[in-house]
Amino acid sequence: MSIIYFLIGCSILLALVFLGAFFWAQRHGQHDDLYTPSVRILLDDQSSDETKK
Amino acid sequence: MAIKSIALSTCYHCGNDCEEGHYELDDKFFCCAGCRGVYQVLSQSGLCNYYTYNDHPGANRARLDRRFEYLDEPQIVNDLIDYTDDQITVVTLYIPYIHCSSCIWLLEQLNRINPAIYHSRIDFLKKQVNIRFSNDGMNLRQLVELLFDIGYEPLISLQDIVKKQQTGQNDHLVRKIAVAGFCFGNVMLISFPEYLGLSEYEQTFRQFFGWLNIFFSLPMVFYSGTEYFVSAWNNLRNKVLSIDFPLALGIAVLFIRTVAEIGLHTGPGFADTLCGLVFFLLVGKFVQRKTYYHISFERDYRSFFPVAVQVMEEGKEKPLPLSELKVGQRIRIRHNEIIPADAILLQGEALVDFSFVTGESVPVAKTLGEVVYAGGRQTGEALELEVIKPVSQSYLTQLWNNEAFTRQQDNRMRTFNETVSKYFTIVLLVVALGSLFFWMPTDLARGLSAFTAVLIVACPCALALSTPFTMSAALSIFDRNFFYLKNTAVVEQLARINTIVLDKTGTITTGGSSNAVSKPGVLTDLEKQIVYTLCSNSSHPLSRQICQVVGEKPQLAISGYQEIPGKGISGFVEGHQVKVGSASFMHYRGEVNSGTEVHIMIDDIYCGAFIFKQRIRHGLKEIFSLKPEYKFYLLSGDQDHERAAMAEFFGDDGYMHFKKSPQEKLNFIRSLELADRKVMMIGDGLNDSGALKQSDLGVAITDDVNNFSPGSDAILDGKSLYKLPAFFRFSKDTVTIIHLSFLISLTYNLIGLSYAVTGNLSPLIAAILMPLSTATIILFTSIATHVAAKKRKLL
Repeated sequence: MSIIYFLIGCSILLALVFLGAFFWAQRHGQHDDLYTPSVRILLDDQSSDETKK
Repeated sequence: MAIKSIALSTCYHCGNDCEEGHYELDDKFFCCAGCRGVYQVLSQSGLCNYYTYNDHPGANRARLDRRFEYLDEPQIVNDLIDYTDDQITVVTLYIPYIHCSSCIWLLEQLNRINPAIYHSRIDFLKKQVNIRFSNDGMNLRQLVELLFDIGYEPLISLQDIVKKQQTGQNDHLVRKIAVAGFCFGNVMLISFPEYLGLSEYEQTFRQFFGWLNIFFSLPMVFYSGTEYFVSAWNNLRNKVLSIDFPLALGIAVLFIRTVAEIGLHTGPGFADTLCGLVFFLLVGKFVQRKTYYHISFERDYRSFFPVAVQVMEEGKEKPLPLSELKVGQRIRIRHNEIIPADAILLQGEALVDFSFVTGESVPVAKTLGEVVYAGGRQTGEALELEVIKPVSQSYLTQLWNNEAFTRQQDNRMRTFNETVSKYFTIVLLVVALGSLFFWMPTDLARGLSAFTAVLIVACPCALALSTPFTMSAALSIFDRNFFYLKNTAVVEQLARINTIVLDKTGTITTGGSSNAVSKPGVLTDLEKQIVYTLCSNSSHPLSRQICQVVGEKPQLAISGYQEIPGKGISGFVEGHQVKVGSASFMHYRGEVNSGTEVHIMIDDIYCGAFIFKQRIRHGLKEIFSLKPEYKFYLLSGDQDHERAAMAEFFGDDGYMHFKKSPQEKLNFIRSLELADRKVMMIGDGLNDSGALKQSDLGVAITDDVNNFSPGSDAILDGKSLYKLPAFFRFSKDTVTIIHLSFLISLTYNLIGLSYAVTGNLSPLIAAILMPLSTATIILFTSIATHVAAKKRKLL
């Protein structure tokens, strides 16, 4: 049963990694604007020869 | 009305009505040269995709040129930009015209218009664009001019500069929630075996899990939950018992008891309850903040002033930051610019639009040597003025600095939450101490355990959550109906209002060019042409409106044109002597109608008058359905020529007050409040801001949410005015919902307490009761608010 100690350690370590990833995203401003990217992805670029017609 | 007789179509760029054939390009029609210009710029850069994402995405460009020279001043530039080095500059600009996905697309393609721009990113909700550009290719002024050219003029005000110095509080709420959620999840997992019971040979885990629980509780108490201790301590020092006090007490007791039980091997502790409590509290706070985050009400007079002003020095103009403007300096104000400080008019014909300060929509003519107050907007040629008072002491700023603005919020109405939490805390302490003293003589350990148990189980988590959740739900419903509230306390204030004071111009009537113009009598085509020719020479707003009414005509020959400020215009058109202006200007002695009039006389024959009537705002009738219950007052800075029309709504003369200065308006509100009325003031413009702030609830009414008056507790979009009765009823429903949720929460607390006072609170019961009560409250408030909104037809 002592394997449980090891497993709990692993799971907490994993959770800490996720927490760290969240902090990283937060610090890099990934949660600053939750709306615009969803619109941006729908806008596609017109190729230049199309514009010249 | 003889307008719009010519074939109409809509402008390809902005969607306004326009006359076909006037401005045309590529078979597309435009309402003005500005809109056509934008289209041209875009089509040359191959950016016509702009028009495919939305119909008419453009902002109307029919505006007169503005000068951006001040953006060459290094001092101003330094305050505006975010970052600069030898090569690149990064700047964030606020662009109020951002309104659809086309805007996002176009503004993020700026590099195709000017390659010196490396990168531009939009934050749609904040209406901000972040641009990185090369210093070699362009400067800030060119960037702003480019944005202006494509119809996205950034709004640069004095406040942008000042704001930098007071960067808002950053309390890392999201980070705290993340930590709290992390600990909460792990503690729940680890506590699970404890709930189900551990068998004999698993007992070694008990200690291990216990210490892990303590380990996870540490960040909850010392990181995520710290603000409750700080707030409770601050409140205590100010001798206020807020809801934060029992919360902080609960957190502290939970932690101490957990550590004690695990350390002394007497029990499993309450780590799960502790983590759940802090987590839910923080989530509640987050929900509350999120709901009204997108409107920043914290504006002051600085947001209405430009950043810089043109100062005359040795015969040359030089842009100077407004903060450096001194008494005695000569300034130059161009068309459409705001006069930033009280000044004496030295040169030029001043026609100043004070609508923003006084509410009167007709521009006022000023003669040389007269004092022009700050806040007016020049609507004619360029002026030269001498500053007589520094910006910080001008009329406008003084109004702003009135005590009503600096006063603390605490003499406002108390919210239900504040009132209840005071008594709640007292009762809680009495019960806790009572059970301690009851058990102490017989069983000290039990007494202590009962004492802590009461504090734990009665910890007002649900109480603290019921208000933010109900209010957030209510706020978002108001929001959806274009009624934007400053904070949650406003909802409760709304429910208590019994007196409504309305401003006239801009509030009851809609301002600006939408005024109706009528013209009794008929003008022949030739006469129309003559009037048009004369009026098209004048830049007076009334002349322009007349031009619109008569419709565009071919110009005739004109000579001897004269414009007499405040009176009218005259001249010879094709040999006919024409006069357009006030009654006294024509020496006309016939009957004078109410409202603003412009009379016409051709060859000394009186031809009638254009009457400018302000249009009454749609929905005004509906709000008077509140009448017997609520008292209505009219408070206007205007002349009383519309008294008769207003009497229809307000009835008795006693309820109408005209010609009130901003200070008098403020005093009037105060007198109503002294008579124990709960006053809601609805107004617009800076002239009302004193009154708005003084009232129990100040509502700024506006047709453009970005352009609202300061000092208000709420902003109401003009088109939702008719919903005001529904808003009142809904706010009352909301308050009832809060009361009910308090009852529910109290019921849970009573059940918990009955266990707690005996000293037999098991962690299992606490762990079930706490989240259950929280969940019930959140469910109840969201469902009940939704139902109430449906009932009031607000959803």
